[in-house]
Amino acid sequence: MEIDPFIFRLSIFILSIFVGYYVVWSVTPSLHTPLMSVTNAISSVIIVGAIIAALAGSAEKIFEISNIFGFLAIILAAVNIFGGFLVTQRMLQMYKKKKKK
Amino acid sequence: MSANLSASFYLLSGILFILALRGLSSPETSRRGNYFGIAGMIIAILVTFLSVGGFNLNLVYVLIFLLIGGTIGALIAFRIPMTAMPELVAGFHSLVGLAAVFVAISAFLKPEAFNLGNIGEIKIASLIEMSLGASIGAITFTGSIIAFLKLRGIMSGAPIIFAKQHYINLILGIAIIVLIFYLCRHQSDSLFWTIIGLSFLIGVLLIIPIGGADMPVVISMLNSYSGWAAAGIGFTLENTALIITGALVGSSGAILSYIMCKGMNRSFFNVILGGWGAADQNSNKSSKEQKPVKSGNADDAAFLMKNASSVIIVPGYGMAVAQAQHALREMVDTLKKNNIKVTYAIHPVAGRMPGHMNVLLAEANVPYDEVFELEEINSDFANADVAFVIGANDVTNPVAKTDPQSPIYGMPVLDVEKSKSVLFVKRSLSPGYAGIDNDLFYRDNTLMLFADAKKMVEEITKAFD
Repeated sequence: MEIDPFIFRLSIFILSIFVGYYVVWSVTPSLHTPLMSVTNAISSVIIVGAIIAALAGSAEKIFEISNIFGFLAIILAAVNIFGGFLVTQRMLQMYKKKKKK
Repeated sequence: MSANLSASFYLLSGILFILALRGLSSPETSRRGNYFGIAGMIIAILVTFLSVGGFNLNLVYVLIFLLIGGTIGALIAFRIPMTAMPELVAGFHSLVGLAAVFVAISAFLKPEAFNLGNIGEIKIASLIEMSLGASIGAITFTGSIIAFLKLRGIMSGAPIIFAKQHYINLILGIAIIVLIFYLCRHQSDSLFWTIIGLSFLIGVLLIIPIGGADMPVVISMLNSYSGWAAAGIGFTLENTALIITGALVGSSGAILSYIMCKGMNRSFFNVILGGWGAADQNSNKSSKEQKPVKSGNADDAAFLMKNASSVIIVPGYGMAVAQAQHALREMVDTLKKNNIKVTYAIHPVAGRMPGHMNVLLAEANVPYDEVFELEEINSDFANADVAFVIGANDVTNPVAKTDPQSPIYGMPVLDVEKSKSVLFVKRSLSPGYAGIDNDLFYRDNTLMLFADAKKMVEEITKAFD
């Protein structure tokens, strides 16, 4: 009997939860705020779905309802991607060690 | 681009995202980690362009919208003050949630574009995945908006509680599951819209009963939700990058919520169901009003610290409100010039989001190796001459260790009272968020400094010269 591809995706999902569990526990507490902003940025990879939604259909009918939702989602996700990564970068630049005298 | 090739690239970007989180295990590696994250995102977007195929005019539209969003995001990122980080993160969560809803709607309206079958004949599994994604996304959206409004001060931080609230949530939750079941059988548009509408409602109802100081838990929880929503959409689109990321973000937010709850010695459900702040606020006010309090001014504080050889600073949310972090750093510089050893002690739930205090101190150029977590530093208070509490309250209350009747009994607290003297900067004697009196105010070795945190710190710096 063939294995449903869903099972493969489920396996990836569950193994990723475990990876996430161990990786996040190793994050130092002083970086918990950057952790939140960067997880926010990477979860915006949902833009992949938004792009597919926006480009669905033929060139003449590019502004059908489903496309419009796609374009809106692109804007939202793009705000998050740029905003999330840049603000994380800005925060991380601030963490400095003591200067040696 | 073939489906197998693009799937491999999505896996690659998933791995880069894991490395991005891994980098945060220390500040030195964190910046490189962020670059991994950016690289992963660029790969995912490029691969999507290539696999959708055909460089035509539509792609130009996509790029335009991408740039509009990107510009807005970049402007926000550069302009936002660090004290506003909690509401920024809440705001960003709401966008992820809404984006998930939009993608799900689009997939429902045009399933053939996503290889999910035709309208009215969408594969059952895909239908479940997309409605779960949309539902969780919708809850994340409205929940984060409420959190944002509360953090921003537009909406009162006080819990809004009404009768049978939790039953209503429960019924709404069950209703959504039942509707998803019917959606699988009938595939009607109106069912789908109802599911999304009810989810928006739950998001609001879920967050309004939670008070301001519980926001660290709420933000972490919404962080987690946004991950699960992304994963739901990832299953719908059969996209590995999205599934991996969703799982990472989901577990990250869940762990942060757990750490925050532990920092308050409360169960997750206790926080989510409201409790605390509201109910207990009135009951404890009466009893201890008559006790004597020693209060002083900036000169007294400067005098105490001049004679100290080690000072531990305990910052809290009040420091963020007063924007006192820079002034505080200047005071510490003066202390250091006088050869006083200064360290910082951070309680896990200090501030309005995980790691809030650390970011503010980093912004004020405090080196991160002078900043310690509760477990690392708690034993040092016994050897410290002065504990300087600025804007923190409940997290220093010794009652948590002594009085089993207290609502905060068992909560891990900073042992500030063990230091030779305690300086407590506070506007008034009012109780903190938990609504209970702080025993520390009345101790012999405590000197209360009644003032705005920033002003007081500046005055102390002046008094030193």
